[in-house]
Amino acid sequence: MKKIFQAFLISLLPMSWSVAQTPTGSVLIKNAHVLTVTQGDLENTDVLVENGVIKKIGKNLSATNIEVIDASGLYLMPGIIDAHSHVALDAVNEATAPITSEVKMADVVNPYDIGLYRALAGGVTISHAMHGSANAIGGQNITLKHRYGSGNPEDLFMKEAPRTIKFALGENPTRVHGRGNGIQPRTRMGVDAVIRNGFNEAIQYKKSWEDYNKALKVKGASPVPPKYNERLQTLADILDGDIIIHCHSYRADEIYALINTCREFGVTNIVFSHVNEGFKVAPELAAYTMGASVFADWWAYKFEVYYSTAYNAAILTRNNVITSINSDSGELIRHLYHEAGKAQRYGELTDEETLALITINPAKQLGIADKVGSIEEGKQADLVLFNEHPLSVYAIPQMTFVDGVKYFDIKADDNDMRLRVSASEIVEPIFLKEHDHRCMHGVDFFFTNFGRNLFNHSH
Amino acid sequence: MKKLLYIALSLVLLPFMGFAQFDGEFVKPKNGRFLLQNATIITVTNGTIQNGSVLLADGKIQAIGQQVNPGDAEVIDCTGLFIYPGLIDGGSRLGLVEVGSLAETQDYAEIGSVTPNMEALVAVNPNSVAIPVTRVSGVTTTLTMPSGGLFPGTAALINLNGYTPDQMFAGFKGVVMNFPSSARRSTWDRRSDDDIKKEFDKAQETLNEIWEKATTYHRLKTAGATLEYYPEMEQLSKVVAGELPLLVEVNAAADILKAIDWITSKEVKAILTGVAEGWRVADKIAAAKLPVVTGPMLSIPTRQSDRYDAAYTNPGKMAKAGVKVAIRANDAENTRNLPFNAGFAAAYGMGKEEALKAVTIYPAEIFGVADRLGSLEVGKDATLLVATGDPFETRTQIRHVFIDGYRVPMSNRHIKLYQEFLERSPGLEKN
Repeated sequence: MKKIFQAFLISLLPMSWSVAQTPTGSVLIKNAHVLTVTQGDLENTDVLVENGVIKKIGKNLSATNIEVIDASGLYLMPGIIDAHSHVALDAVNEATAPITSEVKMADVVNPYDIGLYRALAGGVTISHAMHGSANAIGGQNITLKHRYGSGNPEDLFMKEAPRTIKFALGENPTRVHGRGNGIQPRTRMGVDAVIRNGFNEAIQYKKSWEDYNKALKVKGASPVPPKYNERLQTLADILDGDIIIHCHSYRADEIYALINTCREFGVTNIVFSHVNEGFKVAPELAAYTMGASVFADWWAYKFEVYYSTAYNAAILTRNNVITSINSDSGELIRHLYHEAGKAQRYGELTDEETLALITINPAKQLGIADKVGSIEEGKQADLVLFNEHPLSVYAIPQMTFVDGVKYFDIKADDNDMRLRVSASEIVEPIFLKEHDHRCMHGVDFFFTNFGRNLFNHSH
Repeated sequence: MKKLLYIALSLVLLPFMGFAQFDGEFVKPKNGRFLLQNATIITVTNGTIQNGSVLLADGKIQAIGQQVNPGDAEVIDCTGLFIYPGLIDGGSRLGLVEVGSLAETQDYAEIGSVTPNMEALVAVNPNSVAIPVTRVSGVTTTLTMPSGGLFPGTAALINLNGYTPDQMFAGFKGVVMNFPSSARRSTWDRRSDDDIKKEFDKAQETLNEIWEKATTYHRLKTAGATLEYYPEMEQLSKVVAGELPLLVEVNAAADILKAIDWITSKEVKAILTGVAEGWRVADKIAAAKLPVVTGPMLSIPTRQSDRYDAAYTNPGKMAKAGVKVAIRANDAENTRNLPFNAGFAAAYGMGKEEALKAVTIYPAEIFGVADRLGSLEVGKDATLLVATGDPFETRTQIRHVFIDGYRVPMSNRHIKLYQEFLERSPGLEKN
């Protein structure tokens, strides 16, 4: 019996190894027009990738025993990064309380989501899988590398990425709680109060642990430990600067209010997401935050985005706000290079400024800019090859690499790229559209008649 | 005492006297005679003219060519610029909704499933903030459509300039029909396969009953019978008579085939709209000689197993099979993205020339207004755009837009906000 058990244990070992190591690749890309984003454009240049890392950028590079790709006439840019997405998530909202910071999106990642492959086909190598916008303080997000092909969710996690959490202001949390459920917050005052209350409770909680740890050091003392509370511990981690806040927001007043609250509590790691009226408080965003992640041109789908402008990204960029373009959509994520292109039209940004919106800038906002987001020696080899300049509407991604491994090749793109096919579904379902407004996914049970129509558009 | 009162009153009123004067200047759409000089003119129907000029007067294109006498026209130098016909969007909700989530501002879906007599044109708000936002991208004309139900209403082609719906009306109407659908509305649609089938069969049955009624109504009417007031059937009888075409919204491949059968057997003048899975049955659509308005291009494939670019390649595949394809953005506030939809269609197999036709001359032909819109030809409406390059490219800036002879201001709320907030003052410091 014992022997069988041992054999069983040994059989588990390879699994644990595969968990520990995600695949990396080596490749030499020759003669590409390299858009480094941080170090200018390099024509007819080679990029050598070894074991998932960019080893060398230069001319006439050679290597043995690895794949060589002739990229003459093609454009190579860093893998595109989406700072706000819900791709590959089986659940998006835990809408049952105004603060649910104990919830983790890492627990609901579905590696089989075809959306991952479609994002790769659009040149996107990293997405920030976020909790929804139902709560003032929502769950903890997870930064994903699109290593499509594994059945293990953990293979998708970018383990080096810092922790992040979702906050939300304005109509969504007030609708779900104040109006849908009769509890605070119902107004923007209430949202601010919920966040303040949370931070203050966390300070007390932190202090109770500090007191306990201090008391432990007293000889002969046997203090009673405080009750562990994951929700408050997470808020305490925010106050300690260990977690970056990514806050769903639209109106300038609510953005300004949260900036003030964060400053009061000494929190500086904050990125505002969607942030349609960010342009109205651009100097404040530049001075006190890690930036703004905006839609290129979405507006008017609800009242709090009625007074927005497609020039948002340009105004923010010109005011030195770190700015990115996010998708929040399984459809939009497939052409973020085009979304960035639209931002370029409105305000005539340079090519480099525009490409930064979907590469190095979102990397900065996710705290991973030292590893990805530009083509530099020593960085992780997340790369995408285009047949034309990626800011042309006629550009088509040709190959996408994550850690030097090719996950998309337009020439190898088959009729069916699903990893898992359902045996129970005889007739394959036909979807007329991706429900591209996932931010409020899973909160419909709060509503009967009132407010239901809001689910047509609920970012 | 009276004098004191006057003084007091005038003191109170003093701050309001400033109201008589305003800063800035509002630029109105301007009608007149214009000569657009030295441009590259993409006529769409008659090739490209280098260093050419276009003379606009009385709302029409008076002359096009390399030698055009300006007369007393206002000359606009277009050196280095490109002139295209105004872009026509084949389907939107523009003007029928102001804020997507606010029921008070939604005027595209009336109560009831059979309301073909609901006229979109009645509900078009000429002052919608989205209209100036749209037209500065070169989209000058759109088919604005009611939605929801089986026969939600009558769509109208509108130009994006004017102060009344009648001034905006561009000469085409069609009755919208949502053909019974076996597809899921979105990835959120949790109905079982059985429920979907039941709903489909029921809708098919209802459709046939209503059509039977409409043909009977029409037969009786043409026979001179006195009929009770029945506005729904009155409108549908115009479709039966061929006075109004039917805009048949249909997307799943199997539904498209059923719709083709239905249209053929009823001998209805029809235009297919949506047609997301058109590529699967493109030859059948071509054989039926039905025109198509498809879009948006920027949408997910209809099936998980489809190639990632199924939606992008759809119009190109239909066009290659011989279908006349027009493109729509199928949006409201972002109808301005029509040129980019065309750009994607072009890149993914349709080609630039065919894609340009899909947003100019083809929709004009499909909607029966090609004598007025869709290309740059003498005698057609003065509806065009002037751009720094290819209008499908995001990098391109649109410099001038003319609609029905009016030079429209290149301004809107988005631009005004840009101008105010680009360099905000005060900046960070307190006032």
